Amino acid sequence: MLRLEQIVKKYPTGDHALRGVDLEVPEHQVMALIGPSGAGKSTLIRCINRLVEPTSGRIWLKDLEMVSLNARELRRARRRIGMIFQEYALVERLTVMENVLSGRLGYVGFWQSWFRRFPQTDIDHAFMLLDRVGLAEFADKRADALSGGQRQRVGIARALIQQPDLLLVDEPTASLDPKTSRQIMRLITELARERNLAVIINIHDVPLAQMFAQRIVGLRQGTLVYDGTPEGLTADRLTDIYGEENWEGQFKAEEDPATEAQAQIADARRFDPVV
Amino acid sequence: MSIKANSTRRWRPPPLISDPRLRWLIIIGVVVYLYFALSSININVDRLIRGLDRGSRMFAGFLQPDFTTRWRDIQAGLIESLTMTVVSTVIGVIISIPIGFGAARNMAPMPIYLFCRGLITISRTFQEVIIAIVFVVMFGFGPLAGVLTLSFATIGFLAKLLAEDIEEIDAAQVEATRTTGASWLQTVTYGVLPQVSPRLVGLSIYRFDINLRESAIVGVVGAGGIGATLQTAFTRYDFDIASAILIIIIALVMTTEIVSSHIRRRLQ
Amino acid sequence: MPVSLEQDRRVWQRYDRATVLKRWAWWIVSTVVVIGCWQIISGATRWEFVADAPQQLAQLVRRAFPPRWDYMSQLWKPLWDTVNIATLGTLLGLIIALPIAFLAARNTTPHPVIRIIALLIIVVSRSVNSLIWALILVALIGPGLLAGIIAIGLRSIGFIGKLFYEAIEETSIEPIEAITATGASRFQVLTYAYLPQVLPAFTGVTVFRWDINIRESTVLGLVGAGGLGIALNASINALQWDRAGMIFVVIFVMVLISEWLSARVRKAII
Repeated sequence: MLRLEQIVKKYPTGDHALRGVDLEVPEHQVMALIGPSGAGKSTLIRCINRLVEPTSGRIWLKDLEMVSLNARELRRARRRIGMIFQEYALVERLTVMENVLSGRLGYVGFWQSWFRRFPQTDIDHAFMLLDRVGLAEFADKRADALSGGQRQRVGIARALIQQPDLLLVDEPTASLDPKTSRQIMRLITELARERNLAVIINIHDVPLAQMFAQRIVGLRQGTLVYDGTPEGLTADRLTDIYGEENWEGQFKAEEDPATEAQAQIADARRFDPVV
Repeated sequence: MSIKANSTRRWRPPPLISDPRLRWLIIIGVVVYLYFALSSININVDRLIRGLDRGSRMFAGFLQPDFTTRWRDIQAGLIESLTMTVVSTVIGVIISIPIGFGAARNMAPMPIYLFCRGLITISRTFQEVIIAIVFVVMFGFGPLAGVLTLSFATIGFLAKLLAEDIEEIDAAQVEATRTTGASWLQTVTYGVLPQVSPRLVGLSIYRFDINLRESAIVGVVGAGGIGATLQTAFTRYDFDIASAILIIIIALVMTTEIVSSHIRRRLQ
Repeated sequence: MPVSLEQDRRVWQRYDRATVLKRWAWWIVSTVVVIGCWQIISGATRWEFVADAPQQLAQLVRRAFPPRWDYMSQLWKPLWDTVNIATLGTLLGLIIALPIAFLAARNTTPHPVIRIIALLIIVVSRSVNSLIWALILVALIGPGLLAGIIAIGLRSIGFIGKLFYEAIEETSIEPIEAITATGASRFQVLTYAYLPQVLPAFTGVTVFRWDINIRESTVLGLVGAGGLGIALNASINALQWDRAGMIFVVIFVMVLISEWLSARVRKAII
């Protein structure tokens, strides 16, 4: 589905963010990308839809080679790739509905978008997604009136209304409290499963990654150092990725069944009206 | 989650003004105003066509400005403009400080406050040139009227901003100074001035730029500076001389602006 | 420890001998410059005229007060013209400044060379006073309203353009990345990601400039570019100070209203 070949990114400042990354993501897989700050996680997923231009290498989205596309072809290709951001990246002064519909910009003409005349099918889809993320009654609220968790749900709806094949998720929980973080991660993975999407989640919270991803890839200083199952991520492997540290507590907290169950009950209660 | 129930929901972006009557009133008002305003312009096509010819001469003048023919007038005007700028900024700043304190509600008693605010309002309401007219009548033609005009305009600008700054200062610092038994003047110098002086210096430098630009026009009504020479050049259609003066003004304004923004950045 | 040393210096600047000397030198040089400048101005002044300034002022006040209220009937038309010069001129400036601002902002400019040209237009427009623009335009297209409108418009380009492009450069990158990532075109990114972020600043700047332009347009008539200035010029040339006084009253009221209006609009935006 997605194949990266020898992706290198060198910034003009001389930072060597990526040093030849090879990666293949099959369809329907939820993959978590972990690693310390500055490892190149953000750069890597931004290279995939070329928000950051890779210095060299090739990127295949199914049969389409991304790096060689011209501007128009790139815009068409970007429609197939949804993206969710750390700070939600909503346009704050637009309404929730306008934010969601902005996911369809690649499909409508300029004047159509200027006058907000989106096709009714898009509006239906937007309402369906807002229902799904529990924000239907907020459609005409301005985005800056929402809480962090609500904003991230709008961000999710905006990415999904593109009807993408691939979802790029950049630190979706970094600005959220632990409980909302889980809800958001659960929502993303559920929706991805419903819609058969491949997902790359760039995340620094290792337990969350282990909980929701099928596969984990570790990045350190622009190089892949781990690629395997969540279970295979032992203390030694974490040391490979993050460097020397006592990893004991990391696993204990996660394997405590009581906290896990409690959190799930709380989540279920919170989510009830939606699901 | 039923897709069918949703499929008939329509959506329109919420309008900027929610009350439809007010919305239409404003739209119609704007259209009517624009109609009458635009139709009040008399466009003389003949004159515009002649203007095209003059425009090309003006443009040619810009490419070949004539600095030499009237260089002595230009030089005298420039020196006058520059000296007016320097003197008027200094005088304006010195007078602005007491006026600014007087116009701050938390510093001055009511009568003084009203007097200072009134002065500021008059200074800000009238364009420099109008004030220059009055000063020219009072003091005769020449740069002195220009200096007084620009000083007066500086007061309106600087004293207002200073007063606003003083009204927003940290009251605790003032109180702390006052509780030591300091007099009013001591309270001001130790409790208030340190809080507002950096911005005051920055604004004074900024005002220097504005005064330089204004000093180029008060000459139109006889208050000194390069303005009179420029106007003469235009009324005689000496576009090459006018271009030379304009180029000098633009260069001068740009230079002082670069220097002053550099100084202001260093102060912060 | 060079850093702490430098900090020490900054803290103890007042007691540093070299700095004290430098400050004194600075003050002395500035004083000499100012006094020198004053000498030049003083030399160009005829002091015997200055001496009777109080009498002149008294005479002026006596002649101007009370203003001739019935002159108002002839002032409505120039007043209307003045407002139109300011408003249409601001609109003209806005229309031209908008694209120039996007070309001048570092993050939206299509090319560095275009950016320099846009910045140059802004600087030239700002350096030249609206009255000088009016002089140029009256010489080119003849006296009248149109010259005034274009003069105000040309001066406004620089002011509006500069503040606009600074606002554009301050936009946050995240929404822009997000809209770009949906496959939106360049213009869609501008209208969906940039415009909502800068619109409040744009409105505030435009209304602020309109307020300034009302003031500026009162004097354009002195060089023939229409509005109240023409009436003012005529009254002064004929030494009819009671009429001039009436015009001052009209300007005063008009400017106060425009200031109040623009302050209200700007408050409503925030």
